[in-house]
Amino acid sequence: MADIDKPRRSFLTRLATLFGGLALLEAGWIATSFLGGRRKASAAPDKSAERIAGPVERFEPGTVTAFGEGHFYLARLDDGGFLALHRKCTHLGCAVPWNADEQRFACPCHGSAFDIRGDVLSAPATRALDQFAVRIDNGIVKVDTSRPIRRAVFEAGQVTRA
Amino acid sequence: MPDNNNNNRASARSLVQHARPVRVPEAALRFTHTFGLGGMALVLFLVLLGTGLLMIFVYEPTPEGAYKSILYMQDETLFGRLIRGAHHWGANLLIAVAALHLFRVFLTGAFQGVRRSNWLIGLGMMILILVSGFTGYLLPWDQVSYWAITVCTEMLGYVPVVGQALQRLVVGGTEVGAATILNFYALHTVVVPLVLIVLMTWHFWRVRLAGGVIVPSDPENGVARDGYVPYRPNLIEREKTVALIVVAFIVVIAIVFGAPLDLPANPGTSPNPVKAPWYFVGLQELLLHVHPLFAVLVIPSTLILALIGVAYLPYNGSSTGRWFLSAKGRRMSAVAAATAVVFTTAWILVDEWVVDPGGWLPGSAPVVSDGLLPFAVLLAGVITFYMSLKKYFSATVSETVQAIFVLFAVSFTVLTVTGVWFRGAGMTLMWPWQI
Repeated sequence: MADIDKPRRSFLTRLATLFGGLALLEAGWIATSFLGGRRKASAAPDKSAERIAGPVERFEPGTVTAFGEGHFYLARLDDGGFLALHRKCTHLGCAVPWNADEQRFACPCHGSAFDIRGDVLSAPATRALDQFAVRIDNGIVKVDTSRPIRRAVFEAGQVTRA
Repeated sequence: MPDNNNNNRASARSLVQHARPVRVPEAALRFTHTFGLGGMALVLFLVLLGTGLLMIFVYEPTPEGAYKSILYMQDETLFGRLIRGAHHWGANLLIAVAALHLFRVFLTGAFQGVRRSNWLIGLGMMILILVSGFTGYLLPWDQVSYWAITVCTEMLGYVPVVGQALQRLVVGGTEVGAATILNFYALHTVVVPLVLIVLMTWHFWRVRLAGGVIVPSDPENGVARDGYVPYRPNLIEREKTVALIVVAFIVVIAIVFGAPLDLPANPGTSPNPVKAPWYFVGLQELLLHVHPLFAVLVIPSTLILALIGVAYLPYNGSSTGRWFLSAKGRRMSAVAAATAVVFTTAWILVDEWVVDPGGWLPGSAPVVSDGLLPFAVLLAGVITFYMSLKKYFSATVSETVQAIFVLFAVSFTVLTVTGVWFRGAGMTLMWPWQI
C-alpha cells in the first residue's frame, strides 16, 4: 500500500511545488511591473524637456553659461560651435562649477577637472562630462535635457554649429 | 530545587521567558566573554523602532517637505530634538555594536558547525543594518545627506553590465530626487525593519538551538553540568542592567549632542569635501587608491564571499569558545593587527605622494594599472603573510584564518579612520585639526 502511494504522493508534492513556484514568479512579475510602471510615471514630466537657451549671438565664443534649472552648461567653443554639458561630474556625480579664470570645470569633491569641451584634465574622473543634444532653430539655441548622453572623450562630431 | 520549579512554570507561562533558557552555563555570564553586544544590538533596535515610529507621524517624504518637516520636528514639537537625536545616535551606535558583535562571534570561534547557519543569518542582518543606516541617511534631505547619497549611488554605476540599471533602480531616475526619497523611505521604514525582525527571530531561535552562546567545551577549562545556574536572576538581571545602561547612554548623548542638520539640499552646489556615511568611508577611501571596478565591486564582494566562506573551511577540532582560540592565536592576531596598521598607512601615504602605477606602464588600461595590479600585489601579500605566519608559529588553520580576518578588519578600520579624520577639502590628506 505504502509502495503504491509513494509515486503518487511524490508526484503531488512535485506538482504543488511547481504551482507554488509559478505563483511566486507571477507575484514577482506583478511586483516588478507595478514598481517599473511607477518609475516611468515619475520620469514622465522630464520628457520633451527642451530648454530654450537663447539666441546664438548672446553667447560669446570661448564662454560657458550656466543653466541651473536645466542642470547643464552651454559652452560656446572658440570656433563658434555649441556643446551642452551635464553639470554632473562623471566620477561620483558631484555638481561641477565652471571656473572662468582657469578655463576649467573643477569638481569640489575629489579634484577632477574638465576643459571647456568637457574632456578630462585631471583624474580621478575617467570619462568626459556627459552632454545633452543641442539644436539650433532659426538662430535660437535649444537643449534637450531629457537624457544625458555618455561619451568617453570629446569628438568634433559632438559639436553643434549655427 | 523549588527555585527551579518556579522557573519552569514561569517559562511556560510567559512568552518572553519561554524564549529564554531555564539554565545557563556560568561561563557564559562573564561580561568580557560576550560584552553583551548582541543584547545591546537588540535594545538599540527597539529604541530605533520606537523613535522611528514616532517620527513617521511627522516626517514628509518629498524633496519639498522633508527638510521642513525635520525643522518642524526639531523646533516646534515637544521632545522632537530628543527623539531625532536618539534615533540618530541609536542608528550609528547600532552599526558599531553590530560590527563589534560580528567580531566577537568570529574571534570566539562561534561561526562553524551548529552555529554556521546563524553566522550566515548574522551576516545578512549586518548588511541590512548597513542598508537601513544608508537609506535613513538621505531622509533629512540636507546638503550632507543629499551629496553623500549621490556619491554612494554613483559608485553603483561602476559595476559592469548591470551597474547603471541598478543605479537607476535605486535612485528611481537619473538624479537623486523625489523618486529616491520615496524609495528610501519605503525601504527604511517598512521593508528593512520587517525583514530584520524576521531574521532576528530566526537568529535568537538558532542561538537557543545551539545551546546558548558559545563557551569553552573542553573539560579542563570547561563547563561541567554543575557549572549551570538558573537563568533567573543570574542572566536576566545582567541583561536588564545592560539594556538600561544602553538606553540611558543614548538619552544622554541625544540630549547633549542632538542630531546634526546641515543646510537644505541644493542639487546645484556640492559642498567640499563630500563624504559617504562613516561606515562607507572605508570604501570611499579605497576608491581614491584603486580603480572603481575593484573598489566598488571586486574587493567588497571578495570580502563578503570570504566572510561566508570561513564558515565552510575544514577546521580540525571543534570551536573553542575562547577569545582568539589560544594564547598563540592571540599573539598571531596582535602581529596581524600591527602589520595591518603599518602596511595600510604606508600604502595610503605612498600612493598619495610617491607612486603612480599608470605612469610606469604607459599605454596600459587604468583597470590594469590601478585595479588588477594593486589587487594582485595585495593578494600576493596576503598569501605570503598567511604562509609565513602559519610556518613561523606552526599554527593551525583556525588560528591562521583568524589572523587574516584580523588583518582585514584592522586594515578596513585604518581606511575608515583615514577617510573620516584625515581627509579634508578636495579629499587631500591633512591632520584632523586642519579640516
